[in-house]
Amino acid sequence: MFGIPGGANMPIYDALYDQQSFQYTPLNERGIRHILARHEQSAAHMADGYARASGKVGVCMGTSGPGATNLMTGLATAYMDSSPVVAITGQVPSSVIGTDGFQETDVVGMATSITKYTFQPLRVEDVPYSVKAAFYLAATRRPQPVLVDLPKDVQQMEDDIEFPQSVDFPNYGPLPEPDPTILKTIARMILESQHPVILGGGGVKAANAYLELRALAELLFAPVATSFMGKGAFPENHPLSLGCMGMHGSERTNKLIPECDVLLVVGSRLSDRTTGKIEKFCPNTKIIHIDADKAEIGKNFKPLVLSLVADAKKALVAITKEVEAGMLGRHREAWVKKAQEVSVATPALDGNGTYLSGVETVKMLRRILPPKAIVTTEVGQHQMWCEQHFQVIEPRTFFSSGGLGTMGFGFPAAIGAKIARPDVPVFDIAGDGSFAMTENSLATSVEEDIPVTVVILNNRMLGMVAQWQRHFYNSRYSAVRLGNSPDFVKLAEAYGAEGARVETIPELETAVGRAMRSHVTTVIEVPISPEENVLPMLPPGAGLKEMIVG
Amino acid sequence: MSQDAQLRIISALVENKPGVLFRISNLFRRKSFNIQSIAAGPSETAGLTRITITMFSTYAQADQVMKNVDNLVDVRGVEPFDASNASVRELALVKLSPGAPSTRPEIMNCIETFRGNVVDISPETLTVEVSGDPDKINAFISMARNYGLKEVARTGAVALTRAMTTNEEIAKW
Repeated sequence: MFGIPGGANMPIYDALYDQQSFQYTPLNERGIRHILARHEQSAAHMADGYARASGKVGVCMGTSGPGATNLMTGLATAYMDSSPVVAITGQVPSSVIGTDGFQETDVVGMATSITKYTFQPLRVEDVPYSVKAAFYLAATRRPQPVLVDLPKDVQQMEDDIEFPQSVDFPNYGPLPEPDPTILKTIARMILESQHPVILGGGGVKAANAYLELRALAELLFAPVATSFMGKGAFPENHPLSLGCMGMHGSERTNKLIPECDVLLVVGSRLSDRTTGKIEKFCPNTKIIHIDADKAEIGKNFKPLVLSLVADAKKALVAITKEVEAGMLGRHREAWVKKAQEVSVATPALDGNGTYLSGVETVKMLRRILPPKAIVTTEVGQHQMWCEQHFQVIEPRTFFSSGGLGTMGFGFPAAIGAKIARPDVPVFDIAGDGSFAMTENSLATSVEEDIPVTVVILNNRMLGMVAQWQRHFYNSRYSAVRLGNSPDFVKLAEAYGAEGARVETIPELETAVGRAMRSHVTTVIEVPISPEENVLPMLPPGAGLKEMIVG
Repeated sequence: MSQDAQLRIISALVENKPGVLFRISNLFRRKSFNIQSIAAGPSETAGLTRITITMFSTYAQADQVMKNVDNLVDVRGVEPFDASNASVRELALVKLSPGAPSTRPEIMNCIETFRGNVVDISPETLTVEVSGDPDKINAFISMARNYGLKEVARTGAVALTRAMTTNEEIAKW
């Protein structure tokens, strides 16, 4: 549980103090460990990072008014990326609601658009049900955040109430089993196809269907591309991996995708960042769309051939079973060979010699870090360099704000992930602009003894905006220069963390090695050129085949 | 807006809980769809409310919004309605200020044609209740403009499915 106390949630914090289990130890996993954040946005990202790394619900907490509004960015981030987070907010006493009381905000109204559901129990007997239901709703079907807004007087009431064993929502149950008729048709289409490709999205990860996706791809000899949210759903060092497609996906992958005759989309909402201009997306391909959320079918891409609303894992298992016999003795050597040519794509580097390049740094980090290490990112150029050059190999090892694109996500998310996986090194690959947005989480990581490593690719710019200004606004750099402040090494040291500045690959190797052995959070600053671009890129409004390469 | 844009009717059966109407209307706002009318009232089952929404949209937009409404935790079910599969009715109160008393018989004639009821009358004004499908109400209101139309209050459409009766079955009656 990650949060900050304030006037309207003090009764909850008082109860936490009372609890014996507050003294959390790894042996006492039923206890509640509370981690004190320094800003509620970070608390929400920590809960989100915990949820993504563990597959369990992450909890964040804030007081009424500003505490709750600060949580919103984190909830919106979790909502866009389908991550199960429960937010518990304090609220002014129920008698004061609606009077613009001190630190009152209509949190339920604000959160409705960015949560699956909101609860505001006004009687103490409704509290256990609301909490139970919040966890149930957040974790089931398509995972999404849920908010519980607790008026202070309700927190203070005492009563003998049985905690419900289960909750019941008549129109909200488990996902239906995959429809056998549709499954048969899907199987037939796949077996008839000559050049199938699988597109894996974040839904594969949410359903924990990593192995099932791999089994089907290997059976079909079908190359697998992923959306950015799906990055890591399929091991990127696998011979059938095409890496990411889309705006900053590989150029060759983007060119290959429209050549496939059947595209099996699993757990992706086919966002604009993945498909490029939707009208130009795979005009001659039969598209099969599998998703846990029926509202995703036909939302972004309308002319679907076939769709199936189902859990990704169950659907993949069922399809594998259906096509098994038909694939006996079949190969697709030419198609697989073509796909493999794609996966070795190496875009040009454009460092100018004075600096390490962002691309080199990211590639080097992949070579140094063990495959099980968890990597989070912030948002911007460094994030897209990770998309292109940081191969994700093991499940649940890469977390990034793909949907909302929240700068400041990576560092607190890394702290949350480290709580879930204390056994593996956790790295946040950051930019200087993003890191500044939640850098005060350094205090949390040091004080709460949650050592992670932040690698800042410092170009002293809001680099992605600068790149767009370079390409699309005639290099008119407007409000993107961040200058030399702060000194990130000194900043880290001021918080009691370790800081290092590295300018060469050997220095980077040394610093990363030391950080992995360190018992305290380390900030490694890598100065890079302010002119370095993320290439290739798909300009807005362009189709997949129209990438800018240099 | 593409060619198949037209007035569409969506009927939802929802739990009567605080905030449900807000969640539904918020969804329309969030998806940038304009609600033409919305009518909510108790259904045949205690605790369940039937909401009828009309919107001007394409088929794809209506399909998308219905799936989203159905995804809401408190919604029991959603159905698309149109005049071919449902009875659609609306009620309107129309206040007129006819002016010269000599026009009154003409007005009464018109009200009768539309099977309206006069529910309030004063020396200056006349309030008429008229119900029927929304087109009929529109027609009555445009007629009323000739007789000093002052104010209009409409409930918005409510709808229920029709029994699917074949011509042969009708013949048996």
